[in-house]
Amino acid sequence: MARAATNRRKTINTILAWSVGLLIFFPILWTILTSFKTEGDAIAYPPKFLFFDWTLENYSIVQERSNYMRYLWNSVIIAGGSTLLGIIIAVPAAWSMAFVPSKRTKDILMWMLSTKMLPAVGVLYPIYLMFIKLGLLDTRLGLVIVLMLINLPIIVWMLYTYFKEIPAEILEAARMDGASLKSELLYVLTPMAIPGIASTILLNIILAWNEAFWTLNLTAAKAGTLTAFIASYSSPEGLFYAKLSAASTMAIAPILILGWFSQKQLVRGLTFGAVK
Amino acid sequence: MGKITLQSVRKSFGDVHVIPGIDLEINDGEFVVFVGPSGCGKSTLLRLIAGLEDISAGSIAIDGLDATHLPPAKRGLAMVFQSYALYPHMSVRKNIAFPLKMAGMDPAEQERRVTHAANILNLTNYLERRPGQLSGGQRQRVAIGRAIVREPSAFLFDEPLSNLDAALRVSMRQEISELHQSLKTTMIYVTHDQVEAMTMADKIVVLNAGRIEQVGSPLTLYHQPDNVFVAGFIGSPKMNLITGPTAAAHGCHTLGIRPEHLDIRADGIWEGRVGLAEHLGSDTFLKVDAGALGTLTVRATGEVGLRHGDVVRLAPQEGRLHRFDQDGKAIRG
Amino acid sequence: MATKASRSAARLMMAPAVILLLGWMLVPLIMTLWFSFRNYLPLKGGDLGFAGFDNFIRFVTSTSFWPAIGATMTIVVGALVITIVFGVLLALLLDQPMWGQGIVRILVIAPFFVMPTVSGLVWKNMFLDSVNGLFAQIAKMFGATPVEWIIDQPFPSLILIVSWQWLPFATLILLTAIQSLDSEQLEAAEMDGAPPLKRFWYITIPHLSRAITVVLLIETIFMLSIFAEIKMTTAGAFGTKTLTYLIYQRVLESQNVGLGSAGGVYTIILANIVAIFLMRLVGKNLDA
Repeated sequence: MARAATNRRKTINTILAWSVGLLIFFPILWTILTSFKTEGDAIAYPPKFLFFDWTLENYSIVQERSNYMRYLWNSVIIAGGSTLLGIIIAVPAAWSMAFVPSKRTKDILMWMLSTKMLPAVGVLYPIYLMFIKLGLLDTRLGLVIVLMLINLPIIVWMLYTYFKEIPAEILEAARMDGASLKSELLYVLTPMAIPGIASTILLNIILAWNEAFWTLNLTAAKAGTLTAFIASYSSPEGLFYAKLSAASTMAIAPILILGWFSQKQLVRGLTFGAVK
Repeated sequence: MGKITLQSVRKSFGDVHVIPGIDLEINDGEFVVFVGPSGCGKSTLLRLIAGLEDISAGSIAIDGLDATHLPPAKRGLAMVFQSYALYPHMSVRKNIAFPLKMAGMDPAEQERRVTHAANILNLTNYLERRPGQLSGGQRQRVAIGRAIVREPSAFLFDEPLSNLDAALRVSMRQEISELHQSLKTTMIYVTHDQVEAMTMADKIVVLNAGRIEQVGSPLTLYHQPDNVFVAGFIGSPKMNLITGPTAAAHGCHTLGIRPEHLDIRADGIWEGRVGLAEHLGSDTFLKVDAGALGTLTVRATGEVGLRHGDVVRLAPQEGRLHRFDQDGKAIRG
Repeated sequence: MATKASRSAARLMMAPAVILLLGWMLVPLIMTLWFSFRNYLPLKGGDLGFAGFDNFIRFVTSTSFWPAIGATMTIVVGALVITIVFGVLLALLLDQPMWGQGIVRILVIAPFFVMPTVSGLVWKNMFLDSVNGLFAQIAKMFGATPVEWIIDQPFPSLILIVSWQWLPFATLILLTAIQSLDSEQLEAAEMDGAPPLKRFWYITIPHLSRAITVVLLIETIFMLSIFAEIKMTTAGAFGTKTLTYLIYQRVLESQNVGLGSAGGVYTIILANIVAIFLMRLVGKNLDA
């Protein structure tokens, strides 16, 4: 807006926007608050908003559940591993498509996108069967592979849109300066693309961390992630609000923080560059 | 050394023949300018010489050695790009040293050459800055510096001044010319600006639709254009090209006369009415509507008291007429 | 625009990604197609032979098929309407000058980062529960009878949860689109005498139409396959068995792989119809 808004209008906007924002955020806020309550306070009527006996007891109880750390660790390994693997495969592919485009580049990109749209449930059994045959069921490796594959199109696309913004002349200059293909990727492209690569990594960690369909259907106690850990609270433990809240808070906190950092890149990643 | 020979070089993108076949000899130490309208293939030709594109047929030799299939890095050429193509994540020092680092040169020698180049180009105080912190002219100098340190056998410039403002363009033009004087290395320079071509070149190559229209020194092209295209392209304002009975009377299809070779005289043979008058102080450009001859541009020296609507008589200077045949070729003699 | 050497290098570097995705797409797809024509019952001895089109016919004629289509449509359409309408309004609001814009943005985006199992469970237990849920408690405060949301109002409940998760996505994308609107266009319209509502209708909405379509298509694709939200709340009970959930039950719970695969083929076709429209839009953008 070129014009300065009047203060009154700005005040109204602010009040309105903050109310809506807080309303939308409220379920998360309520979960976080409840995680610090005793079970009694959590279901007290009338509900206690801030004035209750703050306690960390729920966190220690949840952590003491012998397997919490394993689920957390699985989440870290699987989200990180699948993203890293995806990046390693996607960087060269995106480089090729951005800087050595051919007539088929566009078709390949579109086709990659189409694999992302394959409904998971349509291929659930074949994957399940292969996992049994290959001994991958309920293993971290299996889930790393599947999550890498489902997110690979997004990784390639995001990197492609970032790489496209790097002028081809700079890479040609490097070639003129005597850089080999390896040096070109290592000394010129990668350093220039670091912000793009970083936000791609961030978004994909978020997607992998929150993935539910394959995680719930292909893992159990051994390789389950926090998604599965929370699912185990469905009932009757879900009725222990404070503990459910503590577990939920621990599961979503890391990703909320990462997500806030990557919000600007989110649009590009999730719309495949269709909205800028 | 920097002698470059192109032999029937052709380039096609699919069915599009960008360059249908070019033979060209560039001598060591020459300043050669490729000039032509946009899309004429001049940049493609430069990129073929650089090795950034494969040639479809023909051969390129550098200093007598066949370079047709050599990768860019092995040709011993350096290039300055239109966008400068500086590495934004490296300091000026690192940008300039990059080709030396790639060549695996000893760090002390790298340092010596970078310092030397920075001295020549007045960049000594900016060596630790990033390209983003430099002005357009300074970036241009860094790009040149990166080319100089390699001590290449030839420099390639791809429209290097087109991103600069008018004043800076003039001074950079002089700097590049001076650089050529002191280095005496072959330079190939691509531009669409015929003023740059005229002021800088030892030899101009005029390109049109992927073909060479004429090769020659600036004044050769000015005085003896081989064809209508070159006649119209070189010189500003453009040469007047007259067709019809007047041309036929001179025994040609097209008659050319440069604006500066038309005198306003009471005994002039052509009559016309002044349309637009552009007063530049040093010169006055007049657009004269001369009936059947069409609109003629006239360049008069100094201030002329003519205005819109005035009737003038024009006399073409003796021996300054250019005659072209049906195919646009110059008729000489 | 490159040399032969770099082109062959490019092909080599693209190969791993292409081969992996090709395998990931084709192998399971062919297997699903194969199973869909077989009587495949792992618990009753495995592959019991060719079934022709039986599975396809049985899947669409079973009593649960049309309810599943209805449930899917209800949730997808309901959540789409809510997220897009409120998304546009919210994006317009967030585009206005205000204090603490960055913080409000963060508040609004947050639900998108909550994993589906968490949002399913938290909503079901802490908000929609008829005894201790916050909604029930608020109802009690006003003297109303608490509603057994998940059981009596399963669709509004699910639509609420799904919309809450996807509203941030819609808002964020629409906000990005609004911010790319050239303010000079609006100023020109203002100079031309267009009042605010008309400016919104004739300038802003057409400008947003592309972004709205993108949101519509992407959300449709994701919402057609929502799973964890249903598993965590109704587990497919109370009529909320969507197509995805129905197939999941056929395949993994009752282990009728042939029948489930036939259903899978249907969803793949359905998703592809939506995908074609989305890809066209994205493809157009690639050319630009």
